[in-house]
Amino acid sequence: MAAISLRVNGASHTVDVDPSTPLLYVLSDDLNLRGPKFGCGLGQCGACAVIVNGRAVRACVTPVSTIGAAEVTPLEGLGTPDHPHPIQQAFVDEQAAQCGFCLNGVIVTAKAYLDQHPHAADGEVRQALATVLCRCFTNVRMLHAIKRYQETRS
Amino acid sequence: MKRREFLKTSGALIVTFSLADASWLDAQGPFDTRNSGIDPRRLDSWIRIAADGRVTAYTGKCELGQGMMTAQMQLVAEELCVPLSRVSLVQCDTSTTPDQGTTSGSQSTPTNFNDRNLAQAAATAREALLHLASQTLGVHVDRLSAADGVVSVNGDASKKATYGDLVAGRQLTMTLSATAARKPMREWTVLGTPAMRVDMAAMATGTFEFVHNVKVPGMLHGRVVRPPSVGATLVSVDEGSVRSRPGFVKIVVKKNFVGVVCEKPWQAIQAARALKATWTPGPALPAHDTFYDFMKTQRSRDALVVNSRDTEQTLASAASVVKASYRYPYQMHGSMGSSCAVADVRGGKATVWSPTQSAYPTRNGVALLLGLKPEDVRVVFVRGAGCYGLNNADAVSFDAALMSQAVGRPVRVQLSRQDEMAWENYGFASVIEQRAGVDASGDVTAWECESWSVSKGGRPGYDEPGNVVSGALAGFATAVVEPRDAVEPTGELRNGSNAAPSYIAGRIAGKAGGAGTIRSERVVTHTIASPFFTGPLRSPSRLQNTFAHESFMDEIAAHVKADPVEYRLRHLSDPRLKEVVQAAAKAAKWDTRPSPASAARSGGARASGALSGRGMACVAYEGDNGYVAMIAEVDVDPATGRIHAKRFVVAQDCGPISNPDGIKNQIEGGALQGLSRALGEEVTWDDRQVTSIDWRTYHSLPLGFDVPAIETVLINRAGVRATGAGETAITVVAAAVGNAVFDATGVRLREAPFTPERVKAALTAASTSPTSRARG
Repeated sequence: MAAISLRVNGASHTVDVDPSTPLLYVLSDDLNLRGPKFGCGLGQCGACAVIVNGRAVRACVTPVSTIGAAEVTPLEGLGTPDHPHPIQQAFVDEQAAQCGFCLNGVIVTAKAYLDQHPHAADGEVRQALATVLCRCFTNVRMLHAIKRYQETRS
Repeated sequence: MKRREFLKTSGALIVTFSLADASWLDAQGPFDTRNSGIDPRRLDSWIRIAADGRVTAYTGKCELGQGMMTAQMQLVAEELCVPLSRVSLVQCDTSTTPDQGTTSGSQSTPTNFNDRNLAQAAATAREALLHLASQTLGVHVDRLSAADGVVSVNGDASKKATYGDLVAGRQLTMTLSATAARKPMREWTVLGTPAMRVDMAAMATGTFEFVHNVKVPGMLHGRVVRPPSVGATLVSVDEGSVRSRPGFVKIVVKKNFVGVVCEKPWQAIQAARALKATWTPGPALPAHDTFYDFMKTQRSRDALVVNSRDTEQTLASAASVVKASYRYPYQMHGSMGSSCAVADVRGGKATVWSPTQSAYPTRNGVALLLGLKPEDVRVVFVRGAGCYGLNNADAVSFDAALMSQAVGRPVRVQLSRQDEMAWENYGFASVIEQRAGVDASGDVTAWECESWSVSKGGRPGYDEPGNVVSGALAGFATAVVEPRDAVEPTGELRNGSNAAPSYIAGRIAGKAGGAGTIRSERVVTHTIASPFFTGPLRSPSRLQNTFAHESFMDEIAAHVKADPVEYRLRHLSDPRLKEVVQAAAKAAKWDTRPSPASAARSGGARASGALSGRGMACVAYEGDNGYVAMIAEVDVDPATGRIHAKRFVVAQDCGPISNPDGIKNQIEGGALQGLSRALGEEVTWDDRQVTSIDWRTYHSLPLGFDVPAIETVLINRAGVRATGAGETAITVVAAAVGNAVFDATGVRLREAPFTPERVKAALTAASTSPTSRARG
């Protein structure tokens, strides 16, 4: 065990954990965040994604000790139910969910990608989502929501 | 404070309505359930109206991602004439909600939206409020109307009373008729209009509480250690291998059940990996690559669905006979999140926060596992990841309960991806053989269908925790197939598994219960013991059977060079099924002609470039629980064998529609989940264990695949019963896509999934042996 400091949603936290602990467990168990989810633990599905240094990172396979001073932004760091981020609002407007378990990974991955590639073509956006899963297959609405966000931000 | 005490002190409206029968008092409850502490005959078991006018409804049917929470709230809001925002819904908590069995089988809408249960309770409450207002305002009830939670006098809006006024400070018990009138569809203002999902904003912002987020003070973390191979049994566990690990609390062993409990989740994961356990090797598994042949050699439980006893003669006198055999693999629910539950077992009582679809049955299962009385167990439903049938929700609830009981503290268990995928209750592998006779005019005169399917375990129900992996490991018996000969069918056609194709008359003792016209008919099913746990996976058997029936109907139509839509309509009698077929064809601008398309027939287009085709499939889901037709348009790349679905047109009739947007969402999701299952999903195994254990080895379509355009045609039908709508669209996808591939290429795909390798092999085989294209 070791004391590890990290910045999440603009606040500093110090946790006493095994340094090899994946970031996901620290966020979910020590910091009680509900956004990032354990889907596979293998970096294959995206459910655990958080934004680190502007990129979507798979928190289930990222040891907490490797984060350092970087700012970690999970889904709940984007907006709140009363003041959702525009991409979250786009998902509400499109009613783009069924069970909702994958939403964290979908929204976080799409936002990070579009922030870096605001004018990406549809095929490129889909490519960025090639290793993100929604097992309810709400694909049509989610792609519409992402498109809606892309159009409003540019 | 107990709920009923709370009701007594909060000025709530308490109304009792009685049913003619007293079935609740019998051992078996009104939903094939057991007695619970909640009497479903009492209105206050379903509906409570607080002094501030807020309505709380209690339901035994839960939200699984299918939109059932919002739809049930719409139902209550509609019948009680209050805005949706004034309704709360408590779902599946054995301490507060009626026992409605399992949320499954497309039965939630039929159960709660027709003339019983939640719908009837809400209608009863509205009637009771109107009568109360009549007394309060001194006006006959015929002159009153309710809107926005206020009862007012028609023509004199100054005379009114709010629901809060009417119930405030009163203790009221009434016995009402079970025939309180439902609002007719033409008066609907909340039902029938697209309602936003009430949970959407919380889900999109990461504040929604899934069962994975449940925290209980003092909670520990458990991890299961499953056997290394199917059927392996535990020899020994070396506690020394993990005793000194950080955070270690306890190893929990019960027969072949092994779990490790630690202070923190990552510690439990590492301890489970480090634990040294010795297991017997277990029996060898039947080979994967010859499994379909193996199925047909096994002793089986047989059933005759329909038997006109004349098919041999009819086939013998037919102008021609068409035959084909279809194969469908084991597939998994493959939930997005591995299953998770939290249990707190102390002092002879247990609370389990569970994503189960079966709160009350799971309560019984937990009680059996722990040696407690059912009334000392409370199961609280908390949503998990979408499950589509029977994922490990019940298994992990048992895991958590066993570990919590052993350590005497609350324990949270989440399965690993591998444990989720290797041990869940898979959807049934199936072999379905078809034979049809055609007369000189091209009509089908006889249809025979013989199918083989697999079974082991299933839903645990109230008494069989061994039907899922953790109960079985802990020593409880697993339901197995008992071989049995078929007996001649009696009564009416029972087509709940769509074992019978839609085109047969379904005549039993002279009464036709089928959706079609073919009177020489025989359908026999064989069920064999499965090496793996099986369970209901979205459209269980209905999908497999429909793949075979609808592909075969397409083969017959091609054989007689008939248009696939026209040919279907010619052999259907059910008006609702015919209507969805016509509606889909109209919306898709169906080009009436036989399949395959001319380019594919000439064989000249195989040289280069994508081949395009369209296919149709339809089904009366479970015979009468929803009607759907789909037209798929695909491109097939002969060089790679890849199928690209370009467009789906889906027409559906599920009776009166509660939430059009919710149904659309279900159709879209069902269509694409069906496409993923048609194109890539297959459980695989070696001689000892399942090898499809993650998203690299089990092939789901990802979010980023090139999705087809999906157009939905909703037929909103008044005056009939509401049916299920969650399993209709998925049922027809494999057949519609396979038929479109045939139209494009002239090659018939009879084994799912249609992987590029399989498609390419079929195209190659057809090009080297042209005669095998039409028949196979």
